[in-house]
Amino acid sequence: MKIMVAVKRVVDYNIKVRVRADQSDVDLSNAKMALNPFCEIALEEAIRLKEKGQASEVIAVSVGPSQAQEQLRTALAMGADRAILLETEAALSSLNVAKLLKALVDREQPQLIITGKQAIDTDNNQTGQMLAALAGYAQGTFASSLELQGEEVLVMREVDGGSQQVALQLPAIVTADLRLNEPRYASLPNIMKAKKKPLEVLQPEALGVALTSNLRVLRVEAPTERPPGIRVDSVAALVDKLKHEARVI
Amino acid sequence: MWQYQAPLRDMRFVIEEWLAAPNDWQNTASFAGLDGELAAQILEEAGRFSAGVLAPLNASGDQEGCQYAQGKVKTPTGFPEAYKAFVEGGWASLACAEADGGQGLPQLLNAALMEMLFAANHAWAMYPGIAHGAYECLKAHGSDALKALYLPAIVSGEILPTMCLTEPQAGSDVGLLRTRAEPSAAGQYRVTGNKVFVSGGEQDLTDNILHLVLARLPDAPAGSRGISLFLVPKILPDGRRNSISCDGIEHKMGIRGSATCTLSFEGAEGWLLGEPHRGLAAMFVMMNSARLHVGLQGLGHAEAAWQNASAYAAERQQMRAVSRPEGKPEAKVDPIHYHPAMRRTLLELRTLTEGMRALGYWTAHGLDLAEYADTPEQRQQAHRWTALLTPVIKAYFTEQGFRLASSALQVFGGYGYVREYAIEQTLRDSRIAMIYEGTNEIQANDLLLRKVIGDAGQGLQDLLQRMQQEIEQSESIPSCQTYARALADYGDKTSAITTTLIQAASTDPERPYRAAGDYLRLIGLLSLGFVWLRSARLAAGREADPFYAAKQESAAFYFNYLLPEANHRLALLGATRHGLPFLAE
Repeated sequence: MKIMVAVKRVVDYNIKVRVRADQSDVDLSNAKMALNPFCEIALEEAIRLKEKGQASEVIAVSVGPSQAQEQLRTALAMGADRAILLETEAALSSLNVAKLLKALVDREQPQLIITGKQAIDTDNNQTGQMLAALAGYAQGTFASSLELQGEEVLVMREVDGGSQQVALQLPAIVTADLRLNEPRYASLPNIMKAKKKPLEVLQPEALGVALTSNLRVLRVEAPTERPPGIRVDSVAALVDKLKHEARVI
Repeated sequence: MWQYQAPLRDMRFVIEEWLAAPNDWQNTASFAGLDGELAAQILEEAGRFSAGVLAPLNASGDQEGCQYAQGKVKTPTGFPEAYKAFVEGGWASLACAEADGGQGLPQLLNAALMEMLFAANHAWAMYPGIAHGAYECLKAHGSDALKALYLPAIVSGEILPTMCLTEPQAGSDVGLLRTRAEPSAAGQYRVTGNKVFVSGGEQDLTDNILHLVLARLPDAPAGSRGISLFLVPKILPDGRRNSISCDGIEHKMGIRGSATCTLSFEGAEGWLLGEPHRGLAAMFVMMNSARLHVGLQGLGHAEAAWQNASAYAAERQQMRAVSRPEGKPEAKVDPIHYHPAMRRTLLELRTLTEGMRALGYWTAHGLDLAEYADTPEQRQQAHRWTALLTPVIKAYFTEQGFRLASSALQVFGGYGYVREYAIEQTLRDSRIAMIYEGTNEIQANDLLLRKVIGDAGQGLQDLLQRMQQEIEQSESIPSCQTYARALADYGDKTSAITTTLIQAASTDPERPYRAAGDYLRLIGLLSLGFVWLRSARLAAGREADPFYAAKQESAAFYFNYLLPEANHRLALLGATRHGLPFLAE
């Protein structure tokens, strides 16, 4: 069984991003970039399925600038068999990314697609769902566990107030939540081997996908700073403040 | 809270631009498959391991320390698991030859790895710290049978080696050691004696430990010419426990997660490594890379100190600043990194740390070229300047590591003195590096007496010539002109004082010994001047990128505020013409 894992190059989670002076976007010049943590979890799950003998091939794919090859090399070092980059400098909406990935799904025909539930840069949480709709695949989002059983994949979903288990008919798409697994560190020998694994770079035009965007970013602002807390001297004062100042009770 | 992230951007700058190492790799058969991109990926993953696995155990390992009971040592919680992850990651074998099961990568990348390990968790890094040196030693001096027995296990990390040199009465002067080795059956020996200060002499990271022990054969001449090197495993090949006992561990100022052991060898079985009475020479194979690695500990401490102090200084608000960066509005209270005194401290931290990185990696790259360069001339030349710089790296870096950790602590004010912020741990951990692996005073003697006077200044002239080439390249760039002149001027003064010291040695043989410490610091300052001149040249015209703008600022800071210390050192070197009185008995 072939598994496709879609991964994204994002700003490293350790970096404190700043908004550009003209508020057009966050300033990423010189910022350290990394594999999106949720995508790492998705990849780890695919590699584990292969190690258990339940998958025959893991393909890591990404949509992004030429430098996203670095993240795909990391994916190969972690254990993906080959990688494909759809190279574009454009800032794409989730729908455009989903359309591009759909073209790859048509080409590769994976039985299972795993992605992160969202990317930590824009936090959209849309691409997996859109791809499922476009490709006509069953979808299990926010997965905290995943199990292949015959022609089905059982997914435990993290939902409000608990978990929900769903059985999806393959082919299916699963989006990974934090608890799904703890991704491995790539080992040095595997980093060396990854250099010899195939990494294909395609131009979106070659896939015949028309990219039109109906989304425009107007302005980016930093979150307002939280005012410092205060200490109250009695429970009564606390209740009073919650009632009249915070208006939460 | 104390934190560490590998400085990958600067590491890439040093490797790819300052050294242009990928060019050398392409021209060297052994590393032809390696390029800048792959190197960067390796360092990134090593950085993830250091920050994600080792750094979180740094403070807890210090507070918990090692436990000793009945001959056994328990390392701090998480240390054995971190070692397992290190071995599984293949990091132990990075610079070992492919034929031995290693990855065949250059010492340069190993140096970057070492910097990260020591910065993230010095105490933990002590356990695998000498493995590479032991690998080189066994490879150079072991019989085929010994190599077959132990080389693969050292490469894989399954066995950790130790160095057993020091005895209670034999510290810096190993010639005083008394441990004895008697021939027994078929090429084997029985080793008897007491060793102290053995890092990792007993631990719970690996099942077996391979001790490299200095001892005397029955017919050995007295002094350091009568010392032989032996290989003595904790568990013998047939599975028996060897007669070695761990009698206790030291309670130390720093690196408290590293087990510093007292070992008794009671007729322990082992093998001779190398020739009889040539033990020190055999061990010197590991001493050069070991001294470089201790220097990298100083660099690691400086980097950790810089990261933590600069993060704190950007957040901590105290007093109104005299001036503010352009565009920053007046405020009732400013972050302390606006204050000139703090800016000086922080710039010193950044400039010396980055400077030491380039200098240390240059030396590591020299070790690679000395071994793998294609022509004998290239190899010999590389060998000369690495030999000259090794004591400078060891002593100057470790002194700066301690001093800069102290400066960083000062940035934290009173909070720096409490355990919670852990910068005090960096200060305590850094101190040992000035002492072990040959005290800094011994390094200074090695530099001036052996490396400079010993070859009548040839090696130094070599180094100055390399600086001259850089000066010639930089002079034509307007922003570098004053730096190039300053470096040329200090180079001339260094030549002159060197000649003075060489001449004085014939009438006052003690003078070089009085001068060695200041001389080493002078060479350190001059070498960093070379680093910053080249960095300034590489950064010229690239101010639009904040990384290179910062490089230019650091270069200016180095030449304006730090290099003038060379005047002070030159004055002190002049003063060493005066004798020193002996102290009352």
